[in-house]
Amino acid sequence: MSLLQSTQFRPDRSANATRRALLRAWPEFQNPVAWLVALILVIMPLIANGFFLIEIFATTLILGVIALSLMFLAGYGGMVSLMQLTIAGFAGYMVAVFGVSGNANISLGWPWWLATPMALALATLFGTLGGALAVRTEGIYTIMITLAIGAAFYYFTNQNWAIFNGHTGINTVATPHFLGVDWRTDIAFYYVTLGVAAICYFAVQYVSRAPFGLALQGVRDNSRRMAALGFNPNAHRIAAYAFAAFIAALGGVLQVWNYRQISPGSVSVGACIDVLIIAVVGGITRPIGPFIGALIFVLLRTFALDVLIKFGLDGNRFRLLIGLGFLAIVFWSSDGVIGLWERWRRRNTSSTQRSGGGRHG
Amino acid sequence: MARFIERHPAWALIVIIAVAVLAWLVFAIWPPGLEAAIGRKRVFLNAVLNGITLGGLYFLVASGFTLIFGLMRNVNLAHGSLYLFGGYIGYAISTWTGSWILSFIVAFIAVALVGVILQLAVFRRMEGQDLRQTMVTIGLSIVFADLMLWVFGGDFYQVQTPSWLIGPVQLPLLTAIKSSGEPVYLQYPLVRLVIFLASVVIGIAMWLALNRTRIGMIVRAGVDDRDILAATGVRIQLVFVLVFALGAGLAGIAGVVGGTFQSLSPGEDTRFLLASLVVVIVGGMGSIPGAALGAVIIGLAEQLGSVYIPTYAIVVTFLIMVLVLALRPQGLLARR
Repeated sequence: MSLLQSTQFRPDRSANATRRALLRAWPEFQNPVAWLVALILVIMPLIANGFFLIEIFATTLILGVIALSLMFLAGYGGMVSLMQLTIAGFAGYMVAVFGVSGNANISLGWPWWLATPMALALATLFGTLGGALAVRTEGIYTIMITLAIGAAFYYFTNQNWAIFNGHTGINTVATPHFLGVDWRTDIAFYYVTLGVAAICYFAVQYVSRAPFGLALQGVRDNSRRMAALGFNPNAHRIAAYAFAAFIAALGGVLQVWNYRQISPGSVSVGACIDVLIIAVVGGITRPIGPFIGALIFVLLRTFALDVLIKFGLDGNRFRLLIGLGFLAIVFWSSDGVIGLWERWRRRNTSSTQRSGGGRHG
Repeated sequence: MARFIERHPAWALIVIIAVAVLAWLVFAIWPPGLEAAIGRKRVFLNAVLNGITLGGLYFLVASGFTLIFGLMRNVNLAHGSLYLFGGYIGYAISTWTGSWILSFIVAFIAVALVGVILQLAVFRRMEGQDLRQTMVTIGLSIVFADLMLWVFGGDFYQVQTPSWLIGPVQLPLLTAIKSSGEPVYLQYPLVRLVIFLASVVIGIAMWLALNRTRIGMIVRAGVDDRDILAATGVRIQLVFVLVFALGAGLAGIAGVVGGTFQSLSPGEDTRFLLASLVVVIVGGMGSIPGAALGAVIIGLAEQLGSVYIPTYAIVVTFLIMVLVLALRPQGLLARR
């Protein structure tokens, strides 16, 4: 039977099969909404002015990339790591230390094409080492250890003046100029962040379906069984940390280029927790979640002040709003905004199906 | 103890040598060569005593944390907020009534009540979902931090030390011998010693309550296996509420202590949350003696570090944690 079928379909089989395989690997290509979002993001500079482009969208994409690394670890590896922002901050510091900045006594003054790969490599190493430490424990212990690593790094940057310049941090970090373009001008920088975010998004999407990602999800679901099948759970976990650290480091490099300075405030415990909030609010089941979470977070952070004042409330209570929103999400939807949206859509489709069925019946 | 020596003779030897060296450093009069190398003995003794008393404070915070974790598997990341809340309450009461002792009692009750409300209204609904509970505590810590910033502002507060505890006391520890042959003894603030003794008393009381009473037996059984305990007919929810109230109340007391020792300001909540995390990671999750050991180690490391290697004090603490995780991931005194 199957032989018969395969001989029947032989003429256009190869073309069809590659197309189907492609669609299976990248289901986004079939989704018109995804194309629409991509189009809007690409033509964004025509729509939005500099403020929106950088303060809202580029910031969202950067935070989204950092939160994406957490989503990868938490969603596919089952490891909630609070040190992703620390890795990003470490990468940012390394860019400032190896590259050119206003603090000439600290910065080594390397050109950007040398400093950036160095920063990425060191931050990935840092994240991998932290991961190797964190995988010795499981579940909630991981949260505690990564939080302790993040907090230790924050206090260390505060105390260390030789490399991290204490609590003043490193200012006026140089941004790349090449091909005759200043890549920190609004539109160019927006496209840089968009490009990096897209690469990270598709990389996570790809890895999650590659054999390594599948094995990682197997380790998340039942590590003893995976070990019995001959996989090395801890090696997979550490590799996941390394991959996530690289993504977080990319986000960190973009962040230091965006703000042109870095200080312990950028790697504070609160900021580490913000990344967790972004990922959880967006939803840690899919790579798009962190970006949605980041957009919500950035919009709230930017406009909560004005909105609260408009309603006659104290504008400084922005963090209260964030905290309550986070609590509400954790309480009612374990997979964030994406979960809410999917539940809503499912209810809608089931109700239309039911009504449709009634009509036909 | 004897079993430990039997099973790990090398480690036991290292520990004994370390303790002996420390004891010699504390009690002997330092030869001039040593003073030239690492500074005056008075500085060292002060750092050691500061470290031990700071360890007492860390123990108060961390013991509640570890108790709650041990029984309910709930990593209460809002524990630092409870600490700071207790401190603010204590400050308010002590300035209002002028009584230092009363501020402890009120802080304990108020923060324990917050703990009861949290357990009944929040954590009971998501029992067994460790990760979700932890997320909720993170959200709560953000909300609490902002509420406290709203009410108390960003100022520094210090709880007034009562007059009968102000001033130094002479300890029978020689720091040096004057050229005239007259011994010089160490002067140390009385309040820190009293607070340290109080935390030792609280620790011993907790140990006795856990190991010698019926309630303690129930709690220990719950740490080992909640489900079987519930199946034997113990009203486990009541035990949970009690333990949460006790743990939170201890954090409240610690807040008043911290407010007297140091000061209260936004950000202290994270600092003490981190301290209790490191303490229980080093000592062993869910173990009260582990919390005590971890607290003393971390307190000593922090103070000695800040005296002898000031820029890297925090790294010493962190290195201890890394070392413990690498050699004994479950913590020094954990059973598993």
